[in-house]
Amino acid sequence: MYKEYETVIGLEVHVELATRTKIFCGCSTAFGAEPNTQTCPVCTGMPGSLPVLNRQVLEYAIAVGLATNCDITRYSKFDRKNYFYPDNPQNYQISQLYLPICRNGGVEIETAGGGVKTVGIHEIHMEEDAGKLIHDEWEDCSLVDYNRSGVPLIEIVSEPDMRSAEEVIAYLEKLRLVIQYLGASDCKLQEGSMRADVNLSVREMGTKAFGTRTEMKNLNSFKAITRAIEGERERQIELIEAGESVVQETRRWDDARGESYAMRSKEDAQDYRYFPDPDLTPVSVSDKMLDEIRARQPEFRTEKMKRYKEEFDIPAYDIEIITGEKPLADIFEATVALGSQPKKVSNWLMGETLRLMKEREKDASDLCFSPENLAKLIALTDAKVINSSVAKEVFEVMFEKDIDPEKYVEEKGLKTVNDEGALKKTVEDVIAANPQSVEDYRNGKEKAIGFLVGQTMKAMKGKADPGAVNRMLKELL
Amino acid sequence: MNMTDMTAVQLSAAIRAGETTAVEATEAVLARIEEEDKKYNCYVTVDREGALARAKEVQAQIEAGDLVGPLAGVPVALKDNLCTQGLLTTCSSKILHNFVPTYTAEAVRNLIRAGAVILGKTNMDEFAMGSTTETSAFGPTKNPRNAEHVPGGSSGGSAAAVAAGECVYAIGSDTGGSIRQPASYCGVVGMKPTYGTVSRYGLIAYGSSLDQIGPLTKDVTDCAAVLEVLASHDEKDSTSVTRDDTDFTSALTEDVEGLRIGVPNDYLGEGLDEEVKTAVLQAAEVLEKKGAMVERFDLSLVEYAIPAYYTIAAAEASSNLERFDGVKYGYRTEEYAGLHNMYKKSRSEGFGEEVKRRIMLGSFVLSSGYYDAYYLKALKVKALIKKAFDEAFAKYDIILGPVAPTTAPKLGESLADPIRMYLGDIYTIAVNLAGLPGISVPCGQDSKGLPIGLQMIGDCFQEKKLIRAAYTYELCQKKR
Repeated sequence: MYKEYETVIGLEVHVELATRTKIFCGCSTAFGAEPNTQTCPVCTGMPGSLPVLNRQVLEYAIAVGLATNCDITRYSKFDRKNYFYPDNPQNYQISQLYLPICRNGGVEIETAGGGVKTVGIHEIHMEEDAGKLIHDEWEDCSLVDYNRSGVPLIEIVSEPDMRSAEEVIAYLEKLRLVIQYLGASDCKLQEGSMRADVNLSVREMGTKAFGTRTEMKNLNSFKAITRAIEGERERQIELIEAGESVVQETRRWDDARGESYAMRSKEDAQDYRYFPDPDLTPVSVSDKMLDEIRARQPEFRTEKMKRYKEEFDIPAYDIEIITGEKPLADIFEATVALGSQPKKVSNWLMGETLRLMKEREKDASDLCFSPENLAKLIALTDAKVINSSVAKEVFEVMFEKDIDPEKYVEEKGLKTVNDEGALKKTVEDVIAANPQSVEDYRNGKEKAIGFLVGQTMKAMKGKADPGAVNRMLKELL
Repeated sequence: MNMTDMTAVQLSAAIRAGETTAVEATEAVLARIEEEDKKYNCYVTVDREGALARAKEVQAQIEAGDLVGPLAGVPVALKDNLCTQGLLTTCSSKILHNFVPTYTAEAVRNLIRAGAVILGKTNMDEFAMGSTTETSAFGPTKNPRNAEHVPGGSSGGSAAAVAAGECVYAIGSDTGGSIRQPASYCGVVGMKPTYGTVSRYGLIAYGSSLDQIGPLTKDVTDCAAVLEVLASHDEKDSTSVTRDDTDFTSALTEDVEGLRIGVPNDYLGEGLDEEVKTAVLQAAEVLEKKGAMVERFDLSLVEYAIPAYYTIAAAEASSNLERFDGVKYGYRTEEYAGLHNMYKKSRSEGFGEEVKRRIMLGSFVLSSGYYDAYYLKALKVKALIKKAFDEAFAKYDIILGPVAPTTAPKLGESLADPIRMYLGDIYTIAVNLAGLPGISVPCGQDSKGLPIGLQMIGDCFQEKKLIRAAYTYELCQKKR
């Protein structure tokens, strides 16, 4: 008989914070600049340079800690983690080991059975990101771009409380939403602003002691995480069943090949020689600061869902989707606040917005149209200034570039023609040109009128109100 | 007018009075360097053209009335661990033999704003690790008072340049006595201010929690004037302190009436040269005659200062010096196979013996399993030493003693026995561990004619008391 195994998983999640400047200097954190243009003596490790903590980093870290029910460390310190690598210009990373800013927290996740469980958070600490190495195959050399060096990160270390890939995804989704709602990061896995390392071990069901764990890196999507967890569980069980033992090591997941390989084992683990960074003074968090951050905490998703249900007459499914991405919820609320009907706003978001996002591979955080312009578009449709197909056409343009729909409709001449005379003339022409359809309609074939409406719309280049065309046709027939 | 013998304050007064110009002064000092530096090797880099161009610029600003301070137009020498944009900065190490900084240290910027003319960069113990300036990759500096002897260290080039008239004043850095001890050996005035008073931004770090920049000058008046310019709050240095009492020249008064001076018995014990002891006690008497109250007391814990210091400083240094890896700047080995071999060879070839010794020591005390036993314990000793000083300063305004146990040793005597060299720091090191200000003032010479230094230590932020006492003592010496 096969033994039954339980998977035990803990996560180390790195989140890049959305500050304008780096953690220890004033350089920009903007993505995509020319290599080494967003650097200074501090983030390139020049001799004599000194770090100064960006207060915004501390505030974000505390805000995330409060939102995940952590104790905030009132006297915290930065430590140096020493290791040599060219992407690390000082050859030490400024991080927190001994007194991290947040400890002993946890978040609730929904389990597969519909229950709720808490995933504990061991600690959250602040640290700096490294630069980026680029290997030039043509020249057989490596180059370093320090633009990313010093970009602020928080590392959220969970307790080994998760038991399945589903729970891991639920936990990550929870973190992503909390952090996104705080505005502390956009949390994009693919772009690396959220990165998760998975610590996994297996043990026979019912045993208390943990098995030997491995750490899996290079997981760039929820899919990759799920596959890596399943693959590693299988690998460890096979080893145990074969009477071999799991080696404590760091493994790199190769998603294309669907397997992992060992990077380094515990034996050659480096001694990082952590010690308090003498260049940075200890961080004291005052009551006042804590109160201020607490007062600024936003309405999180659960509260928002509850409020939407009470305030807006929209389906539960819509609420779930809209609140599932902070930017969508923001657009929704702002547009409704401008006077648009909630259901109509929701329809635009659930329909065209999601469709175009999928089609064009955009994230909610990439959305550029303003609530003002969406409200205008809805108003134009409500007033029958444009019909729904024109509205969709205008929206597609707004989706790419936040244009003013009123101006656009005006400039492109897309207004529905409300000129009775012109409409009558066109309808008469269509009746004259389609005697067969007219005949069919008169003989009781109701469907034939649809063809005639279509012909009229075509002749009017789509700028007519289909209802009015229908009425006019019936009148004249 | 012999400009190379004038103090900074005298020279700038003469320049402002139109008796001479910044250009003439700079030329005179450059001529002295030309003449003397072959003998003493005070400088790693002399920026002749830069200094003359700068002197012209400063002279114009003085004439226009834009520069009126007491350092305007006065030529200065900078220790070679202070970053100077566009000017070679080596820390007297092969690993930085070609390093030209992209920015200028904040303290140096303060001097430039005050109208200083930078002559060049002075020799030092490699990365400030040493007490004799013999660990420099560019050869030792010799003591201008007697060229067979060392000038002390690590700011030996700066102290010797002041003593030899190869600059009017100089800037050094002090991690465990590196300003005060060479000042003592060369017979000049040197001061280490309270930690946080002078910005460390742009000072290439040795032991970050102990390093402070300070002046080396011909007299106490210059010392106060230079410190007044160096001191500033700097947002770029998290350990920088905001002070509103940096008008140090206001303390240049002849008045020690009622000043309580404590002389620690621990500073007069075993290992102290008799001639040094006599000179220091005589200096205490001079101050007593001027109205100060002098008393002996037990400071305690002095013997623990050296092991605590070498643990903390080496630990910080082992990390601070990691950035010198041959990747971004400085020395890279000629041939290598792969990244790690490049690191190893560049660092093995680029660092000298003493630096390697301290990197190994520092790496050891921080390594897993030893951290608590060494590094944490050293931090506890540091806190206890600070406490011992706090208790002493409840009773005394100033603690007085020798700077070093002996006068300058002969060249080559110290390197063979590093432990003995470390022990030579016994009277200066505790000051850095406690973050206190300390001053070294000449108090005579021994039978060989080598200068002896008197050290006075103040409580945090009490530089003015030190300046007042030192100034009073200096006046008494002149009158003798």
